[in-house]
Amino acid sequence: MNNSEQNDLNIVIVGHVDHGKSTVIGRLLADTDSLPLGKLEQIKEMCRRNSKPFEYAFLLDALKDERSQGITIDTARSFFKTEKRRYIIIDAPGHIEFLKNMITGASRAEAALLVIDANEGIQENSRRHGYMLSMLGISQIAVLVNKMDLINYNKKIYNNIVNEYSQFLRKININPMAFIPVSAMRGDNIASKSKNMTWFDGMTVLETLDNFNDAKQPDDLPFRMSVQDVYKFTAANDDRRIIAGTVDSGILRVNDEIIFYPSGKKTTVKSIEEFNAAPKNYISSGYASGFTVTEQIYIKRGELCVKSVETEKIKPFVSTTFKASLFWLGKEPMDLNKIYSLKIGSSKVDVKLKKIIKVINASSLDEIQTNGRNLFVGRDAPGAPQIPVGVADTPFQKGAINRHEVAECILETERPIAFDTADIMPLTSRFVIVDRYEISGGGIITENIGDEYSEIREKVLLRNFKWERGNITPAMRAERFCQKACMLIITGNQDADKKIIAKTLEQDLFNEGRIAYYLGIGNVLYGVDSDIKNIYSNAQRENREEHIRRLSEVANILLETGAILIVTATMLTQDDMDLIKTVLTRESEGDIITYWIGKNIDTDIKADIIISDFEDSDRASLMIKKDLQDRNIIYN
Amino acid sequence: MNHLDKLESKSIHIIRESYNQFKNLCMLWSIGKDSTVLLCLARKAFFGHVPFPLVHIDTHYKIPEMITYRDNLAREYKLDLIYGENAEALKNKQTFPDKNVNRIECCRLLKTEALRNTLSGEWTRYRMNHDTGKYEVSKDKEAYTGVIVGVRADEEGSRSKERYFSPRDKNNDWDVGDQPPEFWGQYKTDFAPGTHLRIHPLLDWTELDIWEYIRREDVPVVPLYFDDGTGSRYRSLGCYPCTSPVESTAKNFDDIIEELKSGKFANIAERSGREQDKEDGGGLEELRKDGYM
Repeated sequence: MNNSEQNDLNIVIVGHVDHGKSTVIGRLLADTDSLPLGKLEQIKEMCRRNSKPFEYAFLLDALKDERSQGITIDTARSFFKTEKRRYIIIDAPGHIEFLKNMITGASRAEAALLVIDANEGIQENSRRHGYMLSMLGISQIAVLVNKMDLINYNKKIYNNIVNEYSQFLRKININPMAFIPVSAMRGDNIASKSKNMTWFDGMTVLETLDNFNDAKQPDDLPFRMSVQDVYKFTAANDDRRIIAGTVDSGILRVNDEIIFYPSGKKTTVKSIEEFNAAPKNYISSGYASGFTVTEQIYIKRGELCVKSVETEKIKPFVSTTFKASLFWLGKEPMDLNKIYSLKIGSSKVDVKLKKIIKVINASSLDEIQTNGRNLFVGRDAPGAPQIPVGVADTPFQKGAINRHEVAECILETERPIAFDTADIMPLTSRFVIVDRYEISGGGIITENIGDEYSEIREKVLLRNFKWERGNITPAMRAERFCQKACMLIITGNQDADKKIIAKTLEQDLFNEGRIAYYLGIGNVLYGVDSDIKNIYSNAQRENREEHIRRLSEVANILLETGAILIVTATMLTQDDMDLIKTVLTRESEGDIITYWIGKNIDTDIKADIIISDFEDSDRASLMIKKDLQDRNIIYN
Repeated sequence: MNHLDKLESKSIHIIRESYNQFKNLCMLWSIGKDSTVLLCLARKAFFGHVPFPLVHIDTHYKIPEMITYRDNLAREYKLDLIYGENAEALKNKQTFPDKNVNRIECCRLLKTEALRNTLSGEWTRYRMNHDTGKYEVSKDKEAYTGVIVGVRADEEGSRSKERYFSPRDKNNDWDVGDQPPEFWGQYKTDFAPGTHLRIHPLLDWTELDIWEYIRREDVPVVPLYFDDGTGSRYRSLGCYPCTSPVESTAKNFDDIIEELKSGKFANIAERSGREQDKEDGGGLEELRKDGYM
């Protein structure tokens, strides 16, 4: 069969130090005739001359040596073939940076062999690796109970190990495809049935591997694609605006209606774009893809694209607060309330650890209280001393997640992100945590918690979804009016006369032929807000929130007309601003500009511009106009 | 998805990620088959465009067909092509063909040093002007913070330990022992000032994969890879004083693929025609860190 058309399966071999991972790999390569010509004989001869018993692990070492001399053999990934498919064994090497490398290797695998030494029994990393496989979402697992020859192929010992380990796997929701008693050294039950264990009627390792399912692309799940980028190469005379990304799951076709989260914007797929390939009218999971849409909505990297019809069944969450299972790899512990970055799909957002529900020992599954922690063993080289890594280089801390620990926790992001939960859509529930410049942890979202604006956000998403536009797009209006729609919020302390500045600005812009509108707060208060207008009694915080929501909704409509909207407010706080931004899911970040009138900012608001010289409203207006030019809001 | 589809999509994802995350990005183009596959993947990723410069290090000892091919393809694809060189060493004849230094030292001077200083912008960069079809001194002297390189894990030992996004410090040094974790398609794209990232979209590809992809996509490669009737061809391309052809009658993609799969090269290293590898006393390892061999 053609190499490029044959099915592949990436497998990883994990297990405790010295339980025989290398021997299993060596045996698989030898028994499937995947070794370079004469290599096996050469190593056997070398062992004979040095009076050393032959070991398959020597074979791997020899291959490594050769590789460094330039021969094209790679034990970081070894290949072997059966009738059914090609296997790529990913080495999950075990240096002191043990878990980091194990995860890097194992995360590429679609199936795993977990090796346990029959003689030594289940050890710490036998369990920890099992746990990590479950976190990484590798569900096709076979457990090899190795070195059966050392226990005289004893069925009872084997059964005890199977029972004990099954119990552990059950707790972490892993259902192994098989347990197989083997001796990789002697070849029992690897490629051929063992004559030494007639009591075992299961499949050999090779048969089990062939019995694994092909890594199926999750085409049958709802469509998910993180927008990686939006391309428009106008300089090269290409007018297509292509939304690009790799499809996580599902299938998307031309004419499908799609929604982007967290913005909630919707549009329809116009064309699937390809280069140097046959034209297509659909994209499916796993492919690095691109498509154009019918309406020129503003979409940027980080949005999660889903199919409208599928949201009736499974809809992604949009929230800032969620529960997660997390493993920590950072040199420094993960601290409560410190700011990290969270990367999920293509979006990246500030995040903090809000609450640690519990820290778990991934091997014993015990909850870790304070002291007496069970530590990681960090060396995997045969015969190497087993050094507890944590003690060596990490100061343990309470109220933090330490290196190599696993925790259930609550995370809070700085702005809402779109995600699914691991139980239903594992691929889009996965995230990593970046501490300064380094990826320092990973996790899966298990539950949406929601935040104070969840309800409002729901309304906004529905509004955006139901939003109906005429034939004129914002881009067309911008081009016609030579201005970008935006909301200018003029705020400041009590004594600054914000209204006069706002009205002067409106007049100045109008005289230039711009479309500008001063929206008096009272206009909203006594009309749209007449049922809740009692907003300034401090007890009625909720009313204030509702007032800001409504004001923002009115503003949203006015902005749709392409206008520059000017509003004034006294002592606006950052909370108020967050709320306004939640409602005004406008095209880009720069669409709301806040000007603080006054010498010092008296609230926690992050104003864009401070106008300290406010006595002269003409001058203040001029400064704002200049700022609008600098920002490219007004031009020509 | 078949094997090549998987490799292609992953590489494109990585190339797109680099383009989004690095302001000063370039791609190394050695004119060889691997980096030409990389170039074609970039055109796929950006739907026919290559939105960053390609950097070639010209030792001025390249087999002449390579340079002709480079310039022709650059014009055809409208590539933003930049080349750099070690003008000083060439002027002072500090080269192996001039018999003044050994092969390894020659590589270090003409490739590694030239590469380092071209990437940092300290030495002159020559950029193709598509209006005149000629090279001009480039005014852009800003250092590249992201460098896409076509290395494959199966080429030799140390490369098998590489990551897709591999951090380098100020001296281009690579810390093999302490590399960032990579999982779930998330890569290291944050880096401290003064450091940069090497990006390796072809890490998972084998020599055979490369040829099967070249055949599938009809990637234009230098004709030197094929037997021109003399019973020999190049399996790996480099400078003519140090690269010899291998005996082979492979005249087309099918022949080459057959040779690699079951024929005479199934168990022989790709770089067996490269003389400097044989002279290696460990020095080559150092040079390889720069990913331009």
